[in-house]
Amino acid sequence: MAVSVSPERDTVASPVQRALREALFAGAISFGLFVLFIGLKTDQNISNQLILVQRWGLLITVVVLTMLGRFLYIAYGQPFMASQKVTNVATGLLPASVASRFFLLPAFIAAFVLAIVLFAFNNSLPALVGDGLAGYLQFLRALAVIYALACVIFYFRAFIHANFTKLGISALVLYPILVVVVLSLNAWSITSGLQGSLKWVDNFGIQILIYVMLAWGLNIVVGLAGLLDLGYVAFYAVGAYAYALLGSQYGLSFWILLPAAGAMAAFWGVMLGFPVLRLRGDYLAIVTLAFGEIIRLVLINWREVTNGSAGISGIPKVTFFGLMTFNSTDPNYIGKVLHIAQSSAYYKIFLYYLILALALLTAFVTIRLRRMPVGRAWEALREDEIACRSLGINTTTTKLTAFATGAMFGGFAGAFFAARQGFVSPESFVFLESAIILAIVVLGGMGSLVGIAVAALVMIGGTEALRELDFLKSVFGKDFTPELYRMLLFGMAMVIVMLWKPRGFVGSREPTAFLKERKAVSSSFTKEGHG
Amino acid sequence: MTANAIQKTNPDMKDAILQVDHLSMKFGGLIAIGDLSFQAKRGEITALIGPNGAGKTTVFNCITGFYKPSEGMITLNRADGSSYLLERLPNHEIPARAKVARTFQNIRLFSGMTVLENLLVAQHNKLMKASGYTILGLFGFSGYRKASAESVELAKYWLEKADLVDRADDPAGDLPYGAQRRLEIARAMCTGPELLCLDEPAAGLNPKESLALNSLLMDIKKTSGTSILLIEHDMSVVMQISDHVVVLEYGRKISDGSPQSVRTDPRVIAAYLGVDDEEVEAVLTEVGDEDVIEQLDTGPDSAHGPGTSSSYLAGPVSDTIGHSQGERVTVSKGASKAAQYDTRANSAPRKPSERLTAKPAGKSPKPAAAKSPTGKPRGGRK
Ligand SMILES: Nc1ncnc2c1ncn2[C@@H]1O[C@H](COP(=O)(O)OP(=O)(O)O)[C@@H](O)[C@H]1O
Ligand SMILES: [Mg+2]
Repeated sequence: MAVSVSPERDTVASPVQRALREALFAGAISFGLFVLFIGLKTDQNISNQLILVQRWGLLITVVVLTMLGRFLYIAYGQPFMASQKVTNVATGLLPASVASRFFLLPAFIAAFVLAIVLFAFNNSLPALVGDGLAGYLQFLRALAVIYALACVIFYFRAFIHANFTKLGISALVLYPILVVVVLSLNAWSITSGLQGSLKWVDNFGIQILIYVMLAWGLNIVVGLAGLLDLGYVAFYAVGAYAYALLGSQYGLSFWILLPAAGAMAAFWGVMLGFPVLRLRGDYLAIVTLAFGEIIRLVLINWREVTNGSAGISGIPKVTFFGLMTFNSTDPNYIGKVLHIAQSSAYYKIFLYYLILALALLTAFVTIRLRRMPVGRAWEALREDEIACRSLGINTTTTKLTAFATGAMFGGFAGAFFAARQGFVSPESFVFLESAIILAIVVLGGMGSLVGIAVAALVMIGGTEALRELDFLKSVFGKDFTPELYRMLLFGMAMVIVMLWKPRGFVGSREPTAFLKERKAVSSSFTKEGHG
Repeated sequence: MTANAIQKTNPDMKDAILQVDHLSMKFGGLIAIGDLSFQAKRGEITALIGPNGAGKTTVFNCITGFYKPSEGMITLNRADGSSYLLERLPNHEIPARAKVARTFQNIRLFSGMTVLENLLVAQHNKLMKASGYTILGLFGFSGYRKASAESVELAKYWLEKADLVDRADDPAGDLPYGAQRRLEIARAMCTGPELLCLDEPAAGLNPKESLALNSLLMDIKKTSGTSILLIEHDMSVVMQISDHVVVLEYGRKISDGSPQSVRTDPRVIAAYLGVDDEEVEAVLTEVGDEDVIEQLDTGPDSAHGPGTSSSYLAGPVSDTIGHSQGERVTVSKGASKAAQYDTRANSAPRKPSERLTAKPAGKSPKPAAAKSPTGKPRGGRK
């Protein structure tokens, strides 16, 4: 390992010298960048005058941290990475040598015990150590849990790799039950367990699964057919408003309106597709973006029908296939039918399983379609449209089916979203949503269902987790809201992932047919499509 | 075979699978093809040769519907007696209904899909019908499963022919160049074509691969009865396997006939070698010499013709009309070597046996050939 480092030592300066120089440069650059951003701040004083607050201390801290980071990276990080040949595995995970040094059994046990202890004393912590420290301890607990999980994943990686789909689906099915059981045990009462599960099932589970479903739907258009669609949220909106309007005006059941919303969105997909699909690449992207905005503006301005930006409220809840309802006033309320205590958690858990089923339906249809001629034609279209035409494939209808299929799943997700929120307004369907969904598809690896699910978990789960970081308030002050930084983190994560794995988490492609053995196709051969 | 038969004004339609009549293709002021007529016979290998920029690929693009010709008629007669006017069919229906398949000068494979998948995509239309336009297939109907198994069998058949069975599950982009060429031909054959158009299939192949290609083409001709239209630079391929040769230069046909008659046609030699004052005499004395043929191979005229890269399908025709009016009209004097030869031949007629074509004399020559009124297509010479 010294071999690869020593030539550098001989010819140039030692890493430490070089690091010092680089650190000085980095310091100068960050000083130049931040002197106005951080060093000075405009504020209002009591008499509402604009004053300039000087924050040299903070500036110095930031600059010194930058220099230190740069120094450590050049002096120790780079030689370490070089010796581990981390650069060689830019397309793979951490090399086993690094990982096996990082995931140690004693450390795993320590983390596990720490997490258990902290969970056990969770409620008495603030009293014991004070509010501020309790926040840090909670963060520490989260880190310990993540580390322990990562260890488990690392040690069972072969098994997990072999059974990923089964394990993933079982984990998803068991998730709400586990949450309720753990929380009930923790508080030693089922009611508070159910109550506590709301956050985990709704904010994390349902929220992530909605994005998984949306991204899987968009994946058909972008990942398989290679058509860059920046207005996917329009179909989500069509589905949501279809359910919201028809459900609240005519009292139709969710189970009738779900297919209707999908059909409506698919119809709009085709309507958009007809004029647009002769465009390619950037042009297609811009027109779909405009389409998304048009739908949103129509929703805002067509007040008589959509109630404008005030939105539609009082959207009926989903019923348990008409057998039971989730309104506590109804005679067939689930609690009364099953003789269990009243709780709003039932509805959330039911919704969780509903969106899980919808998402799995999307995945199932995508997998089936990929092995059908139409799915193969989508991928062929992404690879080379001219070759497709020379083989007699009608590229227009092929693109339209991709658009319509993707839009249909967007419509399903929209109807679900309306039912879950009970309220829709145009604000939920801004361009940023399209961008996030597209980012998840790209991060996950275009075309890969597993990669996309992982990307949605990391991205949406990660931003939701930011809300949990209360201890940051004690670092940055009371009015610090970590959620506001989620877009920053989203962007940083994207840059890092794109540098680390330019083709997304799962870069390889599963062939749809094989003669002797199924070999994954490396991403270096696949194309992204050009419209 | 005599050259006359090909040039007849009233050809035997039953015999010809492809009949191109007075085809012209203009890009702005550039006449890429001018009044081209030729025939390809059923069950034969017809070669289309000519220097770079002669318009060969453009002819293919017109036949396969990627370009809509400015003038002219392209008739395809299928074995079952139906005929199609290719210039009127939409692009994707030409392979589907008229059964014309093609390959590309720059290989166009689905590089991220496996070799087998490439061949399955080629059977799209058949499988689409079998799967009830996806609906029935989605629910796993047995009819689709049978069709799907059959399509794999057909793919296997062509994989064997193209000697690619071992690489069936590898990505197409991972194959060596020669194998990619063969795969592209196999893919085209999987559409079940009656006419196969190959655009420079031997370009960039080493001698061994070239030989494998030849035997693949002969095999296709013999076993599947598919007629082949072939663009080729490699003279050895042309001379060995083609039954009939059409020579283009600057969008015009300068010769048409059997390989032997074409190879000895002084205008073809002139077009390929370039003519200097003395050279043309020298060339004429060397007619038929193997050495000349060797040189034909290596010396396509690139100084005057635009590079092949400019001709590639950059998109719809309207996108690429960037040529200013009259660009081709002002082509440097003496660009057309064949025309130059003709001028010489006319001023000092050495070969009185030359025949003019059956083309109406009143038809005024296109600007491209304006500098030489005799630059009309002629029959092949003996
Ligand atoms: N799409 C196009 N737009 C403008 N000019 C074109 C286009 N396609 C081909 N050409 C021109 O037509 C001529 C013939 O090209 P091509 O058919 O590719 O020749 P070949 O295949 O015989 O080498 C060239 O001068 C080329 O520049
Ligand atoms: Mg060409």
